[in-house]
Parts: sequence; C-alpha cells; structure tokens
Amino acid sequence: MCGNEACGEGAMIAGCAFYAGYPITPQNELTAYMAKRMHETGGVFIQAESELAAINMVFGAACAGVRAMTSSSSPGISLKQEGISYLAGCELPCVIVNMQRGGPGLGNIAPSQGDYFQAVKGGGHGDYRTLVLAPASAQEFLEYTILAFDLADKYRNPAMILGDGLLGQMMEPIQMPAVRDQKQVTEKPWALTGCKGREPNVIRSLILAEGGLEEHNKKLQEKFKLITQAEVRYETVHTKDSSVILVAYGSVARIAKSAMEMARAKGIKTGLIRPITLWPFPEKVIGGACEITKKFLVVEMSAGQMVEDVRLAVNGRAQVEFYGRMGGGIPTEYEILQQIEALAAK
Amino acid sequence: MKKTEPNIVFSRPITLREAENHYCAGCGHGIVHRLVCETVDEFNIREKVIAVAPVGCAVLAYDYWDFDVAEAAHGRTPAVATGIKRVRPGNIVFTYQGDGDLAAIGTAEIIHAANRGENITVIFVNNGVYGMTGGQMAPTTLAGQKTSTTQYGRSLRREGYPIKILEMLAVLPGTRYLERTSVHSAHEVLRTKRAIKKAFQMQIEGKGFSMVEVLSMCPTYWGMSPIQAADRIKNEVSTFYPIGVIKSC
Repeated sequence: MCGNEACGEGAMIAGCAFYAGYPITPQNELTAYMAKRMHETGGVFIQAESELAAINMVFGAACAGVRAMTSSSSPGISLKQEGISYLAGCELPCVIVNMQRGGPGLGNIAPSQGDYFQAVKGGGHGDYRTLVLAPASAQEFLEYTILAFDLADKYRNPAMILGDGLLGQMMEPIQMPAVRDQKQVTEKPWALTGCKGREPNVIRSLILAEGGLEEHNKKLQEKFKLITQAEVRYETVHTKDSSVILVAYGSVARIAKSAMEMARAKGIKTGLIRPITLWPFPEKVIGGACEITKKFLVVEMSAGQMVEDVRLAVNGRAQVEFYGRMGGGIPTEYEILQQIEALAAK
Repeated sequence: MKKTEPNIVFSRPITLREAENHYCAGCGHGIVHRLVCETVDEFNIREKVIAVAPVGCAVLAYDYWDFDVAEAAHGRTPAVATGIKRVRPGNIVFTYQGDGDLAAIGTAEIIHAANRGENITVIFVNNGVYGMTGGQMAPTTLAGQKTSTTQYGRSLRREGYPIKILEMLAVLPGTRYLERTSVHSAHEVLRTKRAIKKAFQMQIEGKGFSMVEVLSMCPTYWGMSPIQAADRIKNEVSTFYPIGVIKSC
C-alpha cells in the first residue's frame, strides 16, 4: 500500500463516515481510496467544488456528530485554513491530512516540509492549535490516522496528519491492526441531531457578549495545556551516549537514521530524536537531551521551521545547527553525514 | 357551568423564542424568522430540524430559533448544510442566508449544492445591501442605488449588473423548487409563508433542492422609513426581481 492508501484505510478502521476532498497532487490516491471505500461501506464521499467547500462539508458532518475527514496538499491546505479556524473555535473534531508539496505558491509536486509553521502554529486566524501527527512510514500513516481520530474526539479539536509527497506515494507493506469495536467511539451529546428529548444545541464561534470570547479562549487554552501535558509522542534512538543528536520528523527522520548509523560506524556517537507529535512538541525530551550533548543538528525539507522549536526547547543550553533542502530537494544520508562530521569536529 | 376556552387567533410560534431581537425597525428578517418557525411548528418537525445560520445580519438567528443550529463561515452555509444532511438524511436541514453570504462570497457553494441536488431548503433573504457591516453594495444592489461603497449610485459599467440568483439556478437540473417572494405587504407575507412551506414540503418528500428568495426591506441602509422601504420593494425592487415561482418540477 502507498502512504496515501494506508492513511485512507486507517480512517476506515477508525470509523470515518464522511470524507470530502478536492483533487490535488500528491494526495490523489487518498481521495480515490476514500471514494471506493465509502461506496463499499455506505459512508459519504463528496468530491467538493473547492477546498473551502470540502472543509466546510467536514464542518457540517462534524457538527452532525460523525467522524469526518478531508485531505489535500499544501496550496489546498492554505485554502482550508479558514475552515480549520472555525472548527477549532467551535471545538469540532475532524482529521485533516496534508501531504506536503514544494512551495510557496503553486510550487511543485515534490515532497516538502515547508508547511510546518502553518500546521503547528495555528495556520488560520485566532489563537488556536491543531494536534499534528507526523508519520514516517505507510504503517504509521495507518496507525496515526486512527490515533488522530481518537485524539480529535477526545479533545474536540481538529487533528492534522502532516505527511509529504514522498510518504504519500511510497509503497510499503502494511500490518493490519485488529478490527475495532466502533461502540468505543466517543459519545457526542453536543452534536446537532435534532433536539429530540433535549434542549437545542447550537454550534458557533461568534461570541459577542462582553468578556465571553475571552472566557472561551481561556477554556481553549486550558484544553491546549492539557494536550501538551498528555499527548506528546516521539521516538529516540541512541540518545543516552551521543555527542551529536539529530532532530528530524517524517520521511527525513528515516534518512537521518541512516546517516546516524553511518556516523556511528565512523566512530561519531550520534543519536536521533524524532518528534511524532509536532504539536504538542516534545520540548522536554529535547531540552533534557542537553544533559547528554551540546550539539544538535536539525534536518528538514524546509528553510528551517522546526529548528525554531528545537532552539526554544534547548533555550541556549546547546549549539543547534540546521541543514535543509527546499522546493522538492530531499537531503541524502551523505549530505547529512557531512553535516554531522563538520559539527562533531567543531 | 361550561368552561369557555379563550379563542386565540394569533400567537408566537412555539419554536420562536421570546427574545429581544437585534434587528432594526422595519427590517424583514423578523418576519422571515417567524414564517420559518410557523412552518417548523405546522410540520411538527422541531425535533428533526437542523438550521445553518449565515454570516451577516441573521448570524444571531440561533438566539431566536428554538431548535438545533450551526453557524457557518461566510458563504459556506450550503457546504455545511450538505455535510449535515448527507450524514443525517432523516433530519430536515435548511440554510438561512443573506445576499452577501449567498450571492457574493458563497456563490460557488450555492451553485454546487443546487447542482448536486442536495435535499436541503435554502431561505435567501435579499435586501440588496450588506446590513451587518454598514450598508455596502451587494451583488443584488440595484443599478443607481446608493450604498456606502457606491456613494454616487451603483454604476453598471463600474460595478456590473445585479445578479438574479434564482434565474441562474433554474437552469440546473438539480433544482426542484425555486420561488421569489416578498415581505413588503401582508398579502406578500402570506405568499412567502406558502412558498417556505412548499420548500420544506419538497425536502420532507425527498424531492431535492428547494429555495425561496425573499425580497426584504432594509430601511436603515436604504435611508428610508419602514413604509417607504416597503413601497420601494413594491415599486422598484420587484420590477427587477420578479415575484413568483421561477421553477417547480
């Protein structure tokens, strides 16, 4: 299965009942997969007239209480930002998949990690956060898509899967998880179902009463604080004894791992921290690693976005270097190895 | 002695909340809200209705309606209604939109929801201006009409022509019932009620996309008294936007 299809199958296992999307490369396999699977299972698939319509259809389906998803790639995700802000403001759960491509603008259709800021800092208007999961394989695409639905429901917040064109297109074997009991899906007493036997529900983000919006924002921030305490996920390799620690996520983390092994074979004790949740960011584990090493190397397919969060986590306690490729360029393990050697020699 | 029941000839609809309303004097929204609620009461569908409110003057509709309501982003109202109706086909889903929401920023959403033949009902209140933001030109503003952004009157050469949305939608096979009405007189209010009821009936019967465009007064941003505003619909607005059934099939 390719990453796009694995993501789609993860959504089906999670009980996704509604998908709306719009064609854009490199995520079209996901849309096609959902069209097929929704037809087979009696779910709803809509090819929307625009990215705006797609995210707002997801808004509607989320209002109505079902697990809903949309997917796109970078320029399309920019268009969805209005809707994501409304979903966050209305505390509606949903899953948004971004198979990043090169930018800015129309860019190209090659892999990129240039949307990190947009994904983890909010993206749309207003003070909000989106849960962001970064898989590094087709298997993880499947598993983290399921997790994204669970976390979205648990916290009543949009969750994003941040992949890239490389992961979306790459074919890998998948081990299917056990079929889930859909009864475990969260109860949603707030959903719009018709007010039979209860007071009417209203889903809105407009709060005009004096002080009301500040209260609502405080409540959201409390929730975000809870998420940062409970939902940080990451992988560490050889971080106990390393003189250089790499920080990379997604497909780049796999390349970085190869570079790490090459460096270790050359006698440079190198480790890797791979954030799995980009928001909440694993700042404690990165900050804690300053006790082990004074040298970090952040590798991204961007001009340097996650490196800013690494520097915040390190907070001046260690040297943080960056190596990145942009516009569809993919760092090779040799390029990363050179950077490791240069940093180790400093 | 036989107990005499009071003979009530007029009352507030059950689903219209007793709330202080924010609409200006002479505004048509209050009437249209009421007609929607009367319809919901008469079909006895309060527990099945899910409304989608727009951005614009009617954004606070949920303060007045006693049933489930979602508030959509500006113009995305039909997309939100599509999402709700597709996952809950047994519910009665309607949007309530103004001319900025429906005929400008949400043009794509209304056309494609109509073209898909979504089994939803759209109540489109056309008063020819953006009321909530201070009376700017809408796509429906008449030629020569003065607004805060057409201070010397709408110029057809500069701002283009007023849009007749229903006539545009009528060519789409997905639309089943389209009617234009007005609320400038008691007679027209009753006609509007019949149209709204018919539109809901279409949805209840699963017949597909239904929409009622209601010509409505905005005395505040037309710079008129409520009576003058009602006369303007009769003498001017309804001559450009003809009242009547545009399509029924």
